[in-house]
Amino acid sequence: MKFSTPEGIGALILCALSIQYLRKFLDTPNRTPRWDQVLRKAWAGVGILFGIGAIFGIDDLSTGWLWAGFGAIIAYTVWLINDFKPARTLLLAVGPFMVMAFLSELMKSVVPTFREEYDDYIGSAMAFSVIWLITFIIIATRQKKALANESVEREKEAEKRREIEARKAELEALVAERTAEITQQKEELEHALAELRITQNQLVQSEKMASLGELTAGIAHEIQNPLNFVNNFSEVSVELIDELADEQQKPERDPELEAELLADLKQNLQKITHHGGRASSIVRGMLQHSRASSGQREPTDLNALADEYLRLAYHGLRAKDKTFNATFSTDLDPSLGLISLIPQDLGRVLLNLFTNAFYAVQQRQKQAGSSTSPALYQPAVRVQTRCENGQARIMVTDNGTGIPEELQTRIFQPFFTTKPTGEGTGLGLSLAYDIVTKGHNGTLQVESREGEGTTFIIKLPA
Amino acid sequence: MKILVVDDEIDVKDLFEQRFRREIRNGEFELAFANSGEDALAYLDGHASEIILILSDINMPGMSGFELLRHIRSGFNAPPPPIVMMITAYGDPQSQQQAVDLGANDFLTKPLDFAVLKQKLRSVV
Repeated sequence: MKFSTPEGIGALILCALSIQYLRKFLDTPNRTPRWDQVLRKAWAGVGILFGIGAIFGIDDLSTGWLWAGFGAIIAYTVWLINDFKPARTLLLAVGPFMVMAFLSELMKSVVPTFREEYDDYIGSAMAFSVIWLITFIIIATRQKKALANESVEREKEAEKRREIEARKAELEALVAERTAEITQQKEELEHALAELRITQNQLVQSEKMASLGELTAGIAHEIQNPLNFVNNFSEVSVELIDELADEQQKPERDPELEAELLADLKQNLQKITHHGGRASSIVRGMLQHSRASSGQREPTDLNALADEYLRLAYHGLRAKDKTFNATFSTDLDPSLGLISLIPQDLGRVLLNLFTNAFYAVQQRQKQAGSSTSPALYQPAVRVQTRCENGQARIMVTDNGTGIPEELQTRIFQPFFTTKPTGEGTGLGLSLAYDIVTKGHNGTLQVESREGEGTTFIIKLPA
Repeated sequence: MKILVVDDEIDVKDLFEQRFRREIRNGEFELAFANSGEDALAYLDGHASEIILILSDINMPGMSGFELLRHIRSGFNAPPPPIVMMITAYGDPQSQQQAVDLGANDFLTKPLDFAVLKQKLRSVV
């Protein structure tokens, strides 16, 4: 080949262009930057080679060497980036052509006659290698495109993953924030709950005290009666002793009268003891009522409890409203015997029911009082106890105003009251309900007709 | 003079009998007792003419003293009408007025002062 011939110049330019194409196709600036620095200078190298060839007038250089050098460059480049699949395919594409070109040139210089003789075969082989080259370049291009697509996909996925990661982190931060918020709220709620519990206990206590206040007058009245007896029987006893002393001074003593006086004296002292005991039991009951419940069940005479609280409730209301008068009666089943219950608690329930009953008849009496025939209405409250199927039943009945049907479901709710503000806490019945159901596993029911009266029924299991 | 005492407290009987023992012994007073308004009415059914004076508590279970008074004034008021004295632990003016309106002759408050009661009883006779 001669450098000055079109063939030589063409080969050089082709080589240079091929290297340029190689660089672009294989993306060498990114994949192997250092080697790319060398490849970039391919133009310059080609120029220098061209210059040298022209100056020294080298005419006899086979283009095969050129192709072999170019092949080596490609091979080395591919070896550098062998993990890039299209590169290997490119090598496979270029390889046969390079080998053929090199062999053809080699044979030209070493065995020219052989070369001449098989020129047709070698030409066919060259043509085949060119087809091979083009085919594989197309394949390599496709591979590259596929890889590029793949990498774009991968990039997208990675982008997506990054987004998800970011979102996840964001969500986690949000969750942590919310958790902190909820924890704080929970703590606040717990605090509020604790405060509510304390308030509830205070309310229960104040309700107890309020009912005790209502009782005070009743208690005073109930204590006054036995005290009157104590005083009266004491005074009478002094009179009896005086009479006895007088009798003893007489010259003719009357043993029969003396015996009678002594018997009376003894009886009086027994009565003093009895009524003193009555007064103490009322005071004891009052103390028991105001004291926090022991929560201890003890065998209790339910009939006595009902009777005692009925009186206290009546006189309590009677003391507040002097014009008020009602009949109250008891129908107590003696077969009830002693029942295991918490006396303070059940006493409060009964007191509440009685107070409500007297309040209801009082209200109805007020309404009737404004009408034309007040004498027709006779307020009455009645308590009945029964022993039925092994359970105790206590019925508190009044003929008062009654409870409208729509309110009957609400009366056991805390703070529900129909009394004017300041008169009722609205806790009485709700506490009563809790005491009967939770404290004694019993039931508390109401039956009422508006304008006719109300009955509360407590059932306690034996 | 026969007196009917109406009170739901049973020991009132013993108390009155001892307080008035001298009067009872010398026949000045004769006492009868009833434990409720209903009992009192039942007693009056048979002994209305004997009873000159009735002492009744107001606050009693069942029939109240006021109701009893109303019944007495409507059913047992044959002349001479019995003298009725009401007794109550609540000495308020309203009750007193009500007692007077219903035809009570006197109004006493508990605790009873027996000296005063005796005087009143004697003044009636």
